[in-house]
Amino acid sequence: MAEPEVVIDVDEVSYTYAPDTPLALDHVSLQIRKGDFLALLGQNGAGKTTLAKTFNGLLLPTRGSVYVGGQDTRNATVSSLAARVGYCYQNPDHQIFNTTVYREASYGPRNLGLPPNEVAARVDHALQLVDLADKKDAYPFLLGKGERQKLAVASVLAMGSPILVVDEPTTGLDLHGIRSIMILLRQWNQIEGRTIVIITHDLHIVAEYVPRTVVMAQGKIVADGPTRSILSDGAALATTGLKPPQITRVAQRLSHHGIPPDVMTVDEMLACLRTALSSNKDARTSQEGVSDAGWLQHLH
Amino acid sequence: MGAPVVQVEGLTFRYPASDQILHGINLEINRGDFVGITGPSGAGKTTLCMCLKGLIPHVVGGTMRGRVTVRGMDTRKTEPSILAEAVAMVFQDPESQIVGLTVEEDLAFGPENLMRHARLIRDEIPKMLQTVGLIGYERRETYKLSGGQKQRIAIAAALMMEPQVLILDEPTSELDPLGKTEVFQVVRRLREEQQVTIIMVEHEVEQLADVADRIIALDRGCIVADAPPREFFHSAELFHRMEGARLPQVAELFLALEAEEFVGPADFTPYEEEAIAHLDRLLLRKRG
Repeated sequence: MAEPEVVIDVDEVSYTYAPDTPLALDHVSLQIRKGDFLALLGQNGAGKTTLAKTFNGLLLPTRGSVYVGGQDTRNATVSSLAARVGYCYQNPDHQIFNTTVYREASYGPRNLGLPPNEVAARVDHALQLVDLADKKDAYPFLLGKGERQKLAVASVLAMGSPILVVDEPTTGLDLHGIRSIMILLRQWNQIEGRTIVIITHDLHIVAEYVPRTVVMAQGKIVADGPTRSILSDGAALATTGLKPPQITRVAQRLSHHGIPPDVMTVDEMLACLRTALSSNKDARTSQEGVSDAGWLQHLH
Repeated sequence: MGAPVVQVEGLTFRYPASDQILHGINLEINRGDFVGITGPSGAGKTTLCMCLKGLIPHVVGGTMRGRVTVRGMDTRKTEPSILAEAVAMVFQDPESQIVGLTVEEDLAFGPENLMRHARLIRDEIPKMLQTVGLIGYERRETYKLSGGQKQRIAIAAALMMEPQVLILDEPTSELDPLGKTEVFQVVRRLREEQQVTIIMVEHEVEQLADVADRIIALDRGCIVADAPPREFFHSAELFHRMEGARLPQVAELFLALEAEEFVGPADFTPYEEEAIAHLDRLLLRKRG
């Protein structure tokens, strides 16, 4: 099967915020394909947000080039890039400025010059997706943090851009808030085929929802691959101050019992232990259990 | 066990023109305890902290009923400046609570306002910086520090007041993983020294389980659980009811293993090392 087209091509990009300061991006190359769902991980200051801001031309590379849909961001207008790449800021309050939820969500599509009925349809759909349809007339700053975060996401969704960059969508949210945002993003990725890049520190949600992981440190990409292999590589993660999820650490300490070292979720661990702990007379059923679990197949 | 340092009786609170946010909270915290508070957004965690610190009713408007006493002082009847010496609070946002241009200025700000002697303050600063792992940072400019360093400065500044009670309201939620680890290291050290009673609101339950003597769950303005970590995380039905709460992954695993009768209720643990040791024994027995 042919690989999907490359929608963002970062080619040997370096970036400095000011002369004589360290490179915020240091010869970074990265290809993002249509339909990718990837997480950018790394400590603060590693260059994640700087890199993401080159995707929509908010920052232009000091060296190298970024191509979005084949077009060099240097030669593209901000508005044409905005239609392609939606960008959702880390702090919703840096983004929200309108006096009602509806006005906020419709600001982007209105400025794309869409006809009013198309704007209304998109905004209604986006607000419905984030569960804010009944709060259209609410004043955004009276919403809770989780709701403001969802409104910021909805405003970007309403732009209809095929590529979505979401900077730390889950900071400060509780598990319920985190799940509803991640499920939403997963739907947009799987059902609508959108390309999604999230910046995050939360390895649990990466393990659960995001198939591809890119790790950055000191302006460079230090790892890029399937989330499972990246998150189970403790040594590589440690160089960036990150640790594998707790359940992965536990699995790795039990590897001498044949527990795979790249278990990523509690459910996977449970499936492993079920197999290992079932008695011989149950061996046949547990064998079936194993082959049902697709995650084990790649090991063999 | 000494007398409770914090006592809350029948506390209810309502912000102006909104629904009641705390409903009949009763709580006693003993001297030297480390109490974790967790729960979904909007549960009233920060509001409860503000009541303990006396920001409610003195600074924040609303209707408060019931009684909060700290070291025997009724917060309603005690001047905020007196309460400031008993209870210190560190907030979520590392940017919003640092006032000094340099670390030294920032740490001196609180005690200067209490008219403490300059020499005492000067002597105290290096000790506090040592406690938070930032020895030699006196002349550093605060705006150049990382998030984790800023939060540790905020903790040091709070400790400069020599409080009996230190409240940490989600001190790590805006930090990156390294910053979170740094703050938890400091918190663990404070716990070992046991000079100060600590109340920590936190979503990072895996690390909270490690440091807390006791964890309280707030949900919709009520205390729905209050127990040592082992019992706290063992009550699975609590977490099904409170969908905003997260369990340590090993606790989730042991609950599931218990449901399938691979382990007994007495084997339950929310602690990583215990979990590994137990599973190791279990797997060894199976193979042998």
